[in-house]
Amino acid sequence: MATMTMVKALNAGLRRALAADPKVLLAGEDIGNLGGVFRVTEGLKAEFGGDRVIDSPLAESGIVGTALGMALGGYRPVVEIQFDGFVFPATNQILTQVARMYHRSHGRVNVPMVIRLPYGGGIGAVEHHSESPEAYFAHTPGLKVVAAATPSDAYWMIQQAITSPDPVVFMEPKRRYHEKGEVDTEAIPMPLHQAKVVKPGKDVTVLAWGGMVRPCLEAAIVAAGEGKDVEVIDLRTISPLDDDTILTSVARTGRAVVVHEAMGTLGVGAEIAARIQERCFYALQAPVLRVTGYDMPYPPNRAEADYLPDLDRVLDAVDRSLAF
Amino acid sequence: MAAAADEDFVQLLDPAGNRVEHPDFSYSGSDTDLAASLRDMVLTRRFDAEATALQRKGELGLWPPSLGQEAAQVGSAKAIADTDRIVPSYREHGVAWVRGVDLKALLGVFRGSAMVDYHPDDKNFNLYTWVIGGHLLLSVGLGMAMQRDGRVGGPDPDANSAVITYFGDGATSQGDVNESFVFASSFGAPVVFFCQNNQWAISEPIALQSKIPLYRRAAGFGFPGVRVDGNDVLACEAVTRWALERARRGDGPTLIEAYTYRMGAHTTSDDPTKYRGSDELDAWRAKDPIERVKAYLLRQGTIDQRWLDDLAAESDALGEQWRADCVGLPEPDLAQWWDRVYAETPHALLTQRDDFVAYRASFEEA
Ligand SMILES: Cc1ncc(C[n+]2csc(CCOP(=O)(O)OP(=O)(O)O)c2C)c(N)n1
Repeated sequence: MATMTMVKALNAGLRRALAADPKVLLAGEDIGNLGGVFRVTEGLKAEFGGDRVIDSPLAESGIVGTALGMALGGYRPVVEIQFDGFVFPATNQILTQVARMYHRSHGRVNVPMVIRLPYGGGIGAVEHHSESPEAYFAHTPGLKVVAAATPSDAYWMIQQAITSPDPVVFMEPKRRYHEKGEVDTEAIPMPLHQAKVVKPGKDVTVLAWGGMVRPCLEAAIVAAGEGKDVEVIDLRTISPLDDDTILTSVARTGRAVVVHEAMGTLGVGAEIAARIQERCFYALQAPVLRVTGYDMPYPPNRAEADYLPDLDRVLDAVDRSLAF
Repeated sequence: MAAAADEDFVQLLDPAGNRVEHPDFSYSGSDTDLAASLRDMVLTRRFDAEATALQRKGELGLWPPSLGQEAAQVGSAKAIADTDRIVPSYREHGVAWVRGVDLKALLGVFRGSAMVDYHPDDKNFNLYTWVIGGHLLLSVGLGMAMQRDGRVGGPDPDANSAVITYFGDGATSQGDVNESFVFASSFGAPVVFFCQNNQWAISEPIALQSKIPLYRRAAGFGFPGVRVDGNDVLACEAVTRWALERARRGDGPTLIEAYTYRMGAHTTSDDPTKYRGSDELDAWRAKDPIERVKAYLLRQGTIDQRWLDDLAAESDALGEQWRADCVGLPEPDLAQWWDRVYAETPHALLTQRDDFVAYRASFEEA
């Protein structure tokens, strides 16, 4: 068992994947000599060479499109998009090429590739550096989307994503990059596409992923002091959703609150709420509530504390749910 | 490193401060004009230094320094007419200064207290922008609009206009940038593509983006490309003036590669010692854009120590003002933002805003 930050855990996970399979490659802007702007790939180019840890020209469409070609050529590319807001030049490649290759080939051609996406706010950044674009990708058939919330999940999930036969958009919450946690590198990890009950409770189910899990856990602690027993689920996988874990919990508690940083309208929370009301209707004692970013472009960072869901907003929703 | 050779660039003032003859380009200004450019470069450097210091003190979230690129920015800006449209990227502080853009607004963007708080039409200066290369296509479109308005190639040169758009060497790898070249060429759009090749895109050297000197790419798209000494304010002005006149006349786009050096970090978050050696910086320090003009004008007798002392005093006063402006910027209120998303705000957004305001007020009452 070792204690490390999420950045170090990702670095260790990538190193292990590179060592385990000579077909694994990394590519992205500034990932080699600099080790990435967040240092996630620090030291890997020196260790595995420039053919396997590729410093790319400044073009996201190029990075993703050529990675697809390498995947078709038998490699397992892991590309880094430097910041969430800069994935958009690559969306044509991701949506029309990467996501559809398996389907278009009648299931003959796999695309084992990972798109690493440092995402989310709370880091005092300028425009385009704090976004949460998971819904765009989760809306696209053929892509898998996962989000790590802890160093341990980051370590294991990145390796599992790399061995996945499908393309995976791998969301890394930047605001958690430097928080430490325990990582057991000998453990047997849980399946990639499974949600985790991170705090059991019986009164209301709070669902979150990535950077939002922590304020939900904090809210659960405060709520416990007020005699409210909150269950917190770290979704981990956004596409596919782990319906079993979600629905089993809500069937038990009868109340659900979904929390995400991205805008609420037509977001992932809407899909989760729809599934819950379709499949748990008779168990529900309150409407499914959402706590999300507001329907506007991510604001200047001096206003981000008001924009981002936090402990208070989660507690407020828990109270509203329980008041029904 | 084919792309790194100093071949073929237009230079009119060498690093030692000697005027150089060029067969095609000459500086049309006087020594007094040049002193004005020197002042602008010195004040740009001061503004940049103040902003960098403000970031260190936590007053700005981030700052991309323009240190070393003053000649490329001030020189090109001097050639731009009021009726020309400027489309900047995020490091064009010197262009903004010469244009008279409210520098407070630039500080506000990096402070995180505002989006981009000026109207692009006020100074004909577009919004600062972050997505690399994304602003070049709209630059071409602005030029296409000018063509349709009859503002290009007309008989009265003063009624004609053009667009100048700024980007870096790294940006040239983006698809949008190459598409911009295609559109500008196909439609003969009045656009000057002003690329500041500062040798680095964060940690990636120019050789990764291009195996040939960047200015030569223009030929493949069917328009002229010129490499200019980006640390020579005279040459930058002369070449930009020529390219803008061509564009306004209706002769189409030009790519200018201003060959310069980012003497500072990419941004205040960057640590360049991770990827480049100090010998390189030392070599470029010897080609400083400001020192050569100073040396020339002192020798000419256009300026003297007293002039420089006055400038230093002006710079100090402005520095103080910029610091005060920055810390005095109003704090943003999220409630203001809902009705800036759409020109016709959907009702649901206003409800969301009202809910937010009520929710926030519930804490104040408590
Ligand atoms: C589409 C996109 N990808 C990545 C980034 C992150 N990024 C910001 S600046 C930069 C390097 C830009 O280099 P260059 O174009 O040479 O301009 P310079 O910053 O050197 O002036 C990168 C990769 C971005 N802003 N936009």
